[in-house]
Amino acid sequence: MNTDAAILEASGINKTFGPVHVLHDVDFKVYAGQVTSLIGDNGAGKSTLVKCITGIYPKDSGTFAFEGQPVDIGGPRVASELGIEVVYQDLALCENLDIVQNLFLGRERLKTGLLDERSMEQATRDTLAGLSVRTVKSVRQSVSSLSGGQRQTVAIAKAVLWKSKVVLLDEPTAALGVAQTRQVLDLVRRLAENGIGVVLISHNMNDVIEVSDRVCAMYLGRVVADVPVTSATKREFLVELITSGRSGDVGLREEATI
Amino acid sequence: MSDPNAIHALTDFALDTVEKDFKSVVHDNVVRLKSGNLGSLPAILAIIVLTGLFGWANPNSFLSKINLANFLEQASAVIVIAMAVSFVLLLGEIDLSAGFTAGVAAAVLATRLEHWALLPSIGMSALVAIVLGAFTGFMVAKVGIPSFVVTLANVLLFQGVLLLLVKDGGSVRIDDDVIKDLVGGNLSPSSSWIFVGVGLVLFAWSQVRKQRVSHRAIPMSLVVFKVVVAAIGSVLVTSLLVENRAFPNAPAPIRGIPYVVPLVLMLLLLLTFVLNRTRYGRHLYAVGGNAEAARRAGINVPRIRLSAFVICGLLAGIGGAFLASRVNSVDPNTGANDTLLLAVGSAVIGGTSLFGGQGRMLNAVLGGFVLALIPNGLTLVGKKSLPGVGEIDFASSGTKFICAGLALLLASSVDALSRKRST
Ligand SMILES: Nc1ncnc2c1ncn2[C@@H]1O[C@H](COP(=O)(O)OP(=O)(O)O)[C@@H](O)[C@H]1O
Ligand SMILES: [Mg+2]
Repeated sequence: MNTDAAILEASGINKTFGPVHVLHDVDFKVYAGQVTSLIGDNGAGKSTLVKCITGIYPKDSGTFAFEGQPVDIGGPRVASELGIEVVYQDLALCENLDIVQNLFLGRERLKTGLLDERSMEQATRDTLAGLSVRTVKSVRQSVSSLSGGQRQTVAIAKAVLWKSKVVLLDEPTAALGVAQTRQVLDLVRRLAENGIGVVLISHNMNDVIEVSDRVCAMYLGRVVADVPVTSATKREFLVELITSGRSGDVGLREEATI
Repeated sequence: MSDPNAIHALTDFALDTVEKDFKSVVHDNVVRLKSGNLGSLPAILAIIVLTGLFGWANPNSFLSKINLANFLEQASAVIVIAMAVSFVLLLGEIDLSAGFTAGVAAAVLATRLEHWALLPSIGMSALVAIVLGAFTGFMVAKVGIPSFVVTLANVLLFQGVLLLLVKDGGSVRIDDDVIKDLVGGNLSPSSSWIFVGVGLVLFAWSQVRKQRVSHRAIPMSLVVFKVVVAAIGSVLVTSLLVENRAFPNAPAPIRGIPYVVPLVLMLLLLLTFVLNRTRYGRHLYAVGGNAEAARRAGINVPRIRLSAFVICGLLAGIGGAFLASRVNSVDPNTGANDTLLLAVGSAVIGGTSLFGGQGRMLNAVLGGFVLALIPNGLTLVGKKSLPGVGEIDFASSGTKFICAGLALLLASSVDALSRKRST
């Protein structure tokens, strides 16, 4: 496991929506082959941070470095060209399209100028097989016919298909039952084992402790802790961090003003 | 669990590689229908039922060869404008002014033909149609006004342009033979048979090709079934159409497949090809299904919107030429009245969703047939006394409007309900 250099590093990120200051000098690092969990209460700014990293929202100030090089992530295109892929909380899938069409959306393979359905279909099948996805009957099923967990799987498979280096998952298990959550968590681990830098946003502290290598806690737009999971193996510790911004000697100092 | 590999194979997306027979395909479709996704089935059923009903009520005139040709020509303009509107319906948008776009394009064509040769006149008419579409598209995609509002304003705007072009109360006659023949001209009997023969061979070839690349998900028996039905249907229709259908004392015989058939078919194939086989078509469906997802996938959503309105304008303009050709003139009513409603209705009755993302070009044709069948059949049924109700004049405009309105309402209910069920 390569822990010396971060594959993606955000430093001093600020983001405001009109009068609302949503991100305050946020520092955030993602390591290849590791799962970094991003935790925090509702409204802490997790989704906003993810959207800044992927160029959906422009940041107000701060810098990004990818594989050690400073980069300017001006839009979603730039992010995906770097190999940064997001699996959104509000799944960015087209329900009227099938699995193959969704996986290749915006990056369709062409043959003599026309859609190369055969090669896209085969690649889809290979990718799902590589992830040991067992629950999808046909890659030509429309997404509207899939369950929540299957949709999540498709969204994650998209990231793998595109040989992403960083995959961000925004509450991938929020709407799932026990069995489906299990599948998605296994998938998250498998992504990291494949050398991908994984960011997991989750409200379930047990999941976080089980699946992550590092934990980054946010409180009202600030990062209050960024620690290896080995020093955060207690659920209560994490809950205290996200509800009050501090726990023991970790987190905001008493006199900090927010 | 004696063979774990077998379980694995079946639970993986192995359905894609499992050979299917006729029965299982029928079963798959029943499952799809039960899930509320009716597609074009209501339109196909309506065509069969209406043909049977009108044929039974008035066998001599409804099922005659002259009415068959007349029906195809009646339906053609609305079908072309329905295809136009389908492009914006696929995005979940609407173009209420497509009828007047057709009217303006027709007026430009007719007035230019008074001074210019055919090709530059057609070019000018097409250009104007594209400009009108681009104007609407710009207002919707770049300025951000809902298409309903923009095209509602356009109804007045374009109608005004049409009035200025043909002068109040006037009408512009068309003398050009090519435009006059667009709707009204016929292939010769021998070309008709060649056309049908070549068409059937190409259809069979495309079905077999589709079967080959489907990993046997399409059974060969289904392909044979489709080709046989198409062959029987087209040979039957053609043998009626190649007979002389002029009145006994007419100066010249009228026979052959009307030009509108190959023309509409060519448009259908071309547009279907664009929607199904090109990246542009894929992006159109994606934007219609989930514009935000399309945007995140890097698709330029405003550009897709703008282009759909441009295509809609151009196709409506072509529909305008059909409208003008049918009566050999253009007047302030060309493309007015119920033209737009019939076009949108055709697409929706054919199974294209008003909510975007779902639809095919073929739907415009099927729905167009339904909406052309209703007035055509009712006219021929005429006055009939029904037991217990008294005499009803089926040929009156009132009855026709009510029937067409009910058909449209029914189709949109199916659309809305299937959407409700799938979410
Ligand atoms: N597009 C937006 N416009 C204005 N405020 C926003 C927008 N998106 C998020 N916010 C605000 O930013 C804060 C952080 O939101 P978010 O990043 O979604 O939090 P989280 O994902 O941690 O629950 C919230 O107070 C939210 O109301
Ligand atoms: Mg969130």
